[in-house]
Amino acid sequence: MSIEKKMVTVYIMGEPQQVPEGSTIIMAWEYAGFQLKKGIGCREGFCGACATVYREKGDYKLKGGLACQTVVTDGMSLVQIPFVPSEKPQYDLKNLEPNIDTFKELFPTIFRCVACNTCTKACPQDIKVMDYIQQLKRGDIAAAADTSFDCIRCGLCALRCPADIVQFNAATLAQRLYGKYLALRSPELENRLKEIDDGKFDAEIAELNNMGHDDLVTKYYSRQIKIK
Amino acid sequence: MKIPYFPGCSLKTYASGFEKSAIAAGKALDIELVELPRWNCCGVVSSLTKDDLMHHLAPVRNLMRLSDMKTSGLADEDKRLLVLCSMCMNTFKRTNLKVRENSEDLATLNDFMYLEEAKYDGSVDIVHFLELLKEYGFDKISESVNTSLAGLKVAPYYGCMLIRPKEVGIDDAEEPTIFENLISSLGAEPVSWHAKNQCCGSYLTVNKQDTVIKLTRRILDNAQQEKADVIVTSCPLCAFNLDSRQALLQETNPGFEPIPVLYFTQLMAIAFGLDAATYGFEKNKVDPMPLLNKKVFI
Repeated sequence: MSIEKKMVTVYIMGEPQQVPEGSTIIMAWEYAGFQLKKGIGCREGFCGACATVYREKGDYKLKGGLACQTVVTDGMSLVQIPFVPSEKPQYDLKNLEPNIDTFKELFPTIFRCVACNTCTKACPQDIKVMDYIQQLKRGDIAAAADTSFDCIRCGLCALRCPADIVQFNAATLAQRLYGKYLALRSPELENRLKEIDDGKFDAEIAELNNMGHDDLVTKYYSRQIKIK
Repeated sequence: MKIPYFPGCSLKTYASGFEKSAIAAGKALDIELVELPRWNCCGVVSSLTKDDLMHHLAPVRNLMRLSDMKTSGLADEDKRLLVLCSMCMNTFKRTNLKVRENSEDLATLNDFMYLEEAKYDGSVDIVHFLELLKEYGFDKISESVNTSLAGLKVAPYYGCMLIRPKEVGIDDAEEPTIFENLISSLGAEPVSWHAKNQCCGSYLTVNKQDTVIKLTRRILDNAQQEKADVIVTSCPLCAFNLDSRQALLQETNPGFEPIPVLYFTQLMAIAFGLDAATYGFEKNKVDPMPLLNKKVFI
């Protein structure tokens, strides 16, 4: 019994192409003969390299998404975004303070936000992008780090922003400041790092390094996870 | 009473003493300020261009955020939004006025915000804390006073945003009295002065400091001519210009004597005898404590 391969028509930069139903946008491009060198990355929805803009048949909205995660529909119009040449201020984290003045200096455009929410509409990760920009405007860096946590830096927010804000780079700074200055420190982590420095695990690591493949596999699958 | 409350960005940053003292003073009167669970900047400065709707998105989006506060039990009401900052109040009220008078504009704004679960119907009233205190009753406020402010001369500074334009002002644009009534109810003495509704220079503080210095000098001099001990205001920007800019004034005018500038809620917290931690003086540039130690905490 042969499985019937259903095909759909997609429009790649305006040109109609027949591609298998169920393809992701990346697969559709490649099936149509394109070799993507930019605008493609991990193919697993993690790296954010494959920002894409598409429109579905009968819909007026231009939607954003990740090309490796979005499945094509019949009549879809596609274009791939190779790169987002957004501004990326240089800074040394240890010279910064976790407050609103840091953002005033490095990301002054966030204060131009009029809450239009276009960034949130564009986000393929369903992040409330506008909300974290607003949280930054009122100096709530911890909240902004949390709200923006799932950001994968695809850049679609910045591409659509009418106020020229580079949201995703501001999110990166918020998360870095949170991690370095605001997050609660775990004493367990400090203790473990000291144990590692003191060589507590050196013998075990050496033993693992000397094991063969099969022994490693056996050891891995027979391991017991202790939950205190 | 639990009322939905919009803080605004300034009250979360350089005017944090305003929020801290307001929450504490409200609590003393059994008024709980319930912060909107989700909010954005008010929009700051209402756009006066007739067809510029983009700048009304921010205020309208906030006004949508009240819709389920009563049903969710967060607040006792969902048709009034309490605001402390004069600038936020002005922005909200002007946008409200615009969308109530122009249903097509409101429809366009709602249409643009199609991702929002609620639509705004123009039904939320903006209430400044001073208005709520008036409604509460100044006589009744006197009953909560525990610390005597007798002899403390307080200059009420309205600035522009509280009272102008008159369509959105909380009191008479020329001869407002709401601040004076509050000050009297707290047991202090309101100073009569002509600079109380003169402009402080507002955003010119960013790029024309000379102008701001001239304007604030005029206001501060008038307060001191009338023997005021302290100035009170409800606007973080006015407070910034009147308070923070005194350091520059002192540099250029060696004889200038600084005068403390308080938010009216800080005065309330003092009068109600609340814990000193609720005054929120950390961000006040001219330290009010020497004066208060001399005149109030004797």
